[in-house]
Amino acid sequence: MIIELGHYALVLALATAVIQAALPILGARLNDRGLMELASSAAVACFLLVAFAFAVLTFAYVTSDFSVRNVWENSHSLKPMIYKISGVWGNHEGSMLLWLLILTFFSALVASFGRNLPETLKANVLAVQAWIAVAFALFILLTSNPFARLVPAPGEGKDLNPILQDVGLAIHPPLLYLGYVGFSVCFSFAIASLIEGRIDAAWARWVRPWTLAAWTFLTAGISMGSYWAYYELGWGGWWFWDPVENASFMPWLAGTALLHSALVMEKREALKIWTVLLAIMTFSLSLLGTFLVRSGVLTSVHAFATDPTRGIFILAILVFFIGGAFTLFALRVSYLKAGGIFAPISREGALVFNNLILTTATATVLTGTLYPLVLEALTGDKISVGPPFFNMTFGLLMLPLLFAVPFGPLLAWKRGDLAGVSQRLFASVAIGLVFGVAYYYFMNGGPVLALFGIALGVYLIAGSLTDLALRSGLGKVAGNVAWRRFSGLPRSAFGTALAHIGLGITLIGIVAVTAFETETVVEMKPGMTVEAGGYTLRFDGMRNGSGPNYSEESGHFTISRGGVALTEVWSSKRLYQARRMPTTEAGIRTFGLSQLYVSLGDQISEGGIVVRIWWKPMILCIWGGTLFMMAGGFVSLSDRRLRVGAPAKAKRPKTVPVGAAE
Amino acid sequence: MTRKQKRLAIIGGGVGFLVLAAFLVMFAFSQAIAYFYVPSDLEKADVPPGTRIRLGGVVEAGSVKRGDGKTVTFTVTDTLSGVPVTYTGILPDLFREGQGVVTEGTFVAGSSVFVADSVLAKHDETYMPKDVADRLKAQGVELSGKETIK
Repeated sequence: MIIELGHYALVLALATAVIQAALPILGARLNDRGLMELASSAAVACFLLVAFAFAVLTFAYVTSDFSVRNVWENSHSLKPMIYKISGVWGNHEGSMLLWLLILTFFSALVASFGRNLPETLKANVLAVQAWIAVAFALFILLTSNPFARLVPAPGEGKDLNPILQDVGLAIHPPLLYLGYVGFSVCFSFAIASLIEGRIDAAWARWVRPWTLAAWTFLTAGISMGSYWAYYELGWGGWWFWDPVENASFMPWLAGTALLHSALVMEKREALKIWTVLLAIMTFSLSLLGTFLVRSGVLTSVHAFATDPTRGIFILAILVFFIGGAFTLFALRVSYLKAGGIFAPISREGALVFNNLILTTATATVLTGTLYPLVLEALTGDKISVGPPFFNMTFGLLMLPLLFAVPFGPLLAWKRGDLAGVSQRLFASVAIGLVFGVAYYYFMNGGPVLALFGIALGVYLIAGSLTDLALRSGLGKVAGNVAWRRFSGLPRSAFGTALAHIGLGITLIGIVAVTAFETETVVEMKPGMTVEAGGYTLRFDGMRNGSGPNYSEESGHFTISRGGVALTEVWSSKRLYQARRMPTTEAGIRTFGLSQLYVSLGDQISEGGIVVRIWWKPMILCIWGGTLFMMAGGFVSLSDRRLRVGAPAKAKRPKTVPVGAAE
Repeated sequence: MTRKQKRLAIIGGGVGFLVLAAFLVMFAFSQAIAYFYVPSDLEKADVPPGTRIRLGGVVEAGSVKRGDGKTVTFTVTDTLSGVPVTYTGILPDLFREGQGVVTEGTFVAGSSVFVADSVLAKHDETYMPKDVADRLKAQGVELSGKETIK
């Protein structure tokens, strides 16, 4: 009964979304306040209905109601409770419902927090959000109904794919969806402004917090996914340039560009058309990602099922929204007037440079991701485009941007002084090189490129700090004055610095791991030792064990350095009973920022086993850097200027030097 | 500079950068992609030694032999013909005889052995890589009941 209620709530949500999609837009046309105000209540109602449907599905999972096909296919009564809950979105139907839930959640947020938005804009934005909701609600109800029953009800479920039985599943998809579905708000704002044919700096001020929030969650989601793949798959890799990873990485790149161009638009009213276009592109890439992952054109752990009708349905949604948006853009673009002018060497110029590189880099990732699909469709040839392609294109293209990052915040708006800024960054370059050489020396050589990579990372960090130091007048004014200025800096300045510092840290991690990781594959018998990264691992033997729904064989290793035993690590291979599927549970030990990663292979003879041991120097920097980026996102978000509808800020204290104020 | 010149400078820079990116992409495509084959394709296609390819098929029953612990040799077959493969390292969890795999690597000059540096067999016990299943079907090979493509 309750299951049917959930299904019914979803149908009602669709009906509500249809109302929300049609009437407010009519209201905006006719200037009918009543119809426009309908948008907000419909958005909240729609969210509550979807939330109810989602809660019902969760209830079915928690109570292991195997009369629901979706639960039977993806759950098991012995599965630990947390995986029963996270298993709700560990399958196609459930994850689409989560997608819809988050979409309607954002609509409800716009409805509740957008009180200061102009009435017509708000009505139009919510209507566009509702079109997307209608499309996806239809998709779920027609092709992927999670509430379908099974008669007669089986006694036991088929269990969840063991790779997904991990806390990662509880965190990664919701964060990722908060990110890339969050970009729907930017898209809706862009479409709404095109419908109205009017756009100004205020538009950018309303859009930026949503972009920032979505970007921050997407950063978290991608980073979390990368760490999850790293420890769960047992291959020791943290990024594979897998099409599914690219599917979330492309909206991230475009979203990063959007963040920066919206800044120009907000401050200088320039780049309006470009910003609107970027907002459309970013969400289009999110939709493309959904299509790639959910339609089954790719074979991957993310592609839960391959039902051709689903693929075609999502493709239709994709074509409708992307095609429609670009058509509208083409029709209305002449209404949008270009804004402020600026010299090529200026803050705006730097941000244009940023956008140019980020969008080009996105295009290369897109090419690498879609080319195999297109080629196969056209010629039948099957190819794989792997990491070498992306390193060669994306990697090279990003280099100049990384070097330019600290220049941006130091350049003045309108017209900047490149020579002066270079002078100020001289110290950062020097610090970077010193660290690069020191690390190189410390590692006893290695690829020379690594030296410059580390130097670039340190330079990014130092350059970002330089901006903060210069703005607070460090070294030029008395310490207490500098401190007062420092604490008086706008939060967004700290946000910028934190995010750029994070980029530097991530870069250092990537360079160090790529250049200096070691991998040892060795056959071990109890008592044997292996050296890795200056540590000695001794294999002590195997032990059998079992968990609630699996059995496992674990190898025990003692880690020592210079003859002193430091710690121990277990590395296991599990066999999940329901699906008879083996998984590797790598043993990982952290030393500072570096990790030892031990994964087991096949048993060979009595007590002997193949063991793969990686030394991953500074690997935690990769994800640590993303934490800084997220912190930067949240700090910026808390900037008074960006609070939705916050009145224009009073003049900044006079202590901030002219031109440095953001 | 006038407004027009500035705009030209930005557009020119953008176009120049795009051209550079396009060149990089073309170059990378000529260098860094791997074509996919099943064993019986190889008789027709002439794959020069040293060219990276992906070789997919089914691990032939009884063909898996372990060398000195880390090195494994096995035959990848599409039932019409088979190719001997050597691989040094840890095989994926789901590697099994009779199971679909995709290997990536090169042929060494003067030998018919395929030296793989990666072996993929992933995700699920009933998983048959889509590439393999498609090709096997195209070759007219009857797949067993476990052909479900996840």
